[in-house]
Amino acid sequence: MSAMVDVTFTLNGHTTSLAVAVHDSALTTLRDRLDHAGAKLACGEGECGACTIIVDDISVNACLMPAPDLDGRIVRTVEGLWEGDGLSKVQDAFVRHGAVQCGFCTPGMVMQATHLLEQQPEMSDAEVRRGLEGNTCRCTGYSKIVAAVMEVSRDAATKTAEAAE
Amino acid sequence: MALPQFQAAPQFEEYVNATDLSAAVAALADGQGTPVAGGTDLWVQKELPGAVAGDRLVNIKNVPELKGIAAADGRIRIGALVTMTEILGDGRLKDAAPILAIAADRFASVQIRNAATIGGNVANASPAADMMPPLLCADAAVELAREEGGAISTREVTLSEFFTGPGRSVRESNELVAAVIVPIQPGRYAGFCKSGPRPALEIARVSMAITGEAAGGKLTNPRIAFGAVAPTPIRCTQTEALIDGKPLDDELIARALETMDGEISPIADHRASEWYRRHLARTYLEQELRHVRDG
Ligand SMILES: Cc1cc2nc3c(=O)[nH]c(=O)nc-3n(C[C@H](O)[C@H](O)[C@H](O)COP(=O)(O)OP(=O)(O)OC[C@H]3O[C@@H](n4cnc5c(N)ncnc54)[C@H](O)[C@@H]3O)c2cc1C
Ligand code: FES
Ligand code: FES
Repeated sequence: MSAMVDVTFTLNGHTTSLAVAVHDSALTTLRDRLDHAGAKLACGEGECGACTIIVDDISVNACLMPAPDLDGRIVRTVEGLWEGDGLSKVQDAFVRHGAVQCGFCTPGMVMQATHLLEQQPEMSDAEVRRGLEGNTCRCTGYSKIVAAVMEVSRDAATKTAEAAE
Repeated sequence: MALPQFQAAPQFEEYVNATDLSAAVAALADGQGTPVAGGTDLWVQKELPGAVAGDRLVNIKNVPELKGIAAADGRIRIGALVTMTEILGDGRLKDAAPILAIAADRFASVQIRNAATIGGNVANASPAADMMPPLLCADAAVELAREEGGAISTREVTLSEFFTGPGRSVRESNELVAAVIVPIQPGRYAGFCKSGPRPALEIARVSMAITGEAAGGKLTNPRIAFGAVAPTPIRCTQTEALIDGKPLDDELIARALETMDGEISPIADHRASEWYRRHLARTYLEQELRHVRDG
């Protein structure tokens, strides 16, 4: 039996406490214990990015994060992107561009795009593609996904330009 | 015929969340602790036999003494918890040892770079660990910490003497990698080459780092190091001595490739054949030496 340990962390703004198995990952804890199934389990080995979450403002693969390390962290998942009563800018752009592909990888893509835009609001096409390397699956071309992220990035650039005037 | 027995995956019986260095080394003192930092190696490997050193998981991520990059005595101390993302973003390190940022930029994905630590890359002791050829070229040393008589005791081992075999090093089971230390050597030429099955998330088939003072078609005081061509990351000291400060004409480059070929001992595995690894090593070295020569 794996030892259990109590953790308390902030999940999408809500303080959350539970006992987790030391052996578990943050991903199985979120999905199986906390009914947050937005982050997906696909490879379980850090290769696909379907499990991407944002921890203390940094994107990580939840499948490789030890569950006990959740203690004290500020965790955001795709369920928490909802802003007020609407989709976040990134989600909205994904919907309008049909940037879905298979759908299973979408929450991870959205979380990684959110992280990239938070780190660097204005990006080039090449920077977006590089930033999403940990999520690319080789299924198709990602054009719509890149277009969606670029639209949010261009909006940020326009705002910066307006503010400067 | 007896069916193969499935071995239950090792489970952690105990967990310690260390919040300072003395707590961390105390939790490892009996040799039964398994440290975890970013988890990007351990959480993949932990089901494999032998991957878990002891059944007490010791989380070192909240140990302040293992964090941050700081200059001291003409050297730079990179705390064991420094991530690849932090290495990429550190201006001072970019000046002191540019080879490190160049290599960190080729490391996996953003998500992995955000979690993967330099201490984990060293401690894991993989012959293919990407930061090892660059660190060997940067004359790095490893700072190890353990508990002795109730106090923290540290020792420093040069990286070239640290590895003893695949997954093995001189680090004892009661020791932590506390930091990696590099001398400040600004202005050196820095080249890094790596081959894997795809541009992102690759485990290197071969990686090579090369540094030195490049001027007038020569490389002076050179360092040439490879990953994934021997049981440990290695430096090619004979090749270095051969080219040190000499004009890199075609003949010298040809002799350098031969000398290097004698210094490496690649294996064949599912990632590449021995022939292909030798071919990659020669191609990278030739390309870099020509690049230095032609400016
Ligand atoms: C998808 C994917 C892609 C990857 N790509 C690359 C790549 O391009 N290049 C590359 O080199 N590696 C790569 N790796 C491997 C891994 O990310 C690196 O080796 C990383 O640096 C490990 O650091 P960590 O903090 O995550 O280690 P952990 O997983 O936390 O630990 C690794 C090992 O070291 C021990 N350990 C950790 N920290 C210490 C310490 N301070 N003192 C003593 N022991 C310690 C642990 O007990 C464990 O045995 C990849 C891994 C994945 C999953
Ligand atoms: S499930 Fe975590 S990276 Fe694939
Ligand atoms: S995994 Fe979703 S499109 Fe490839």
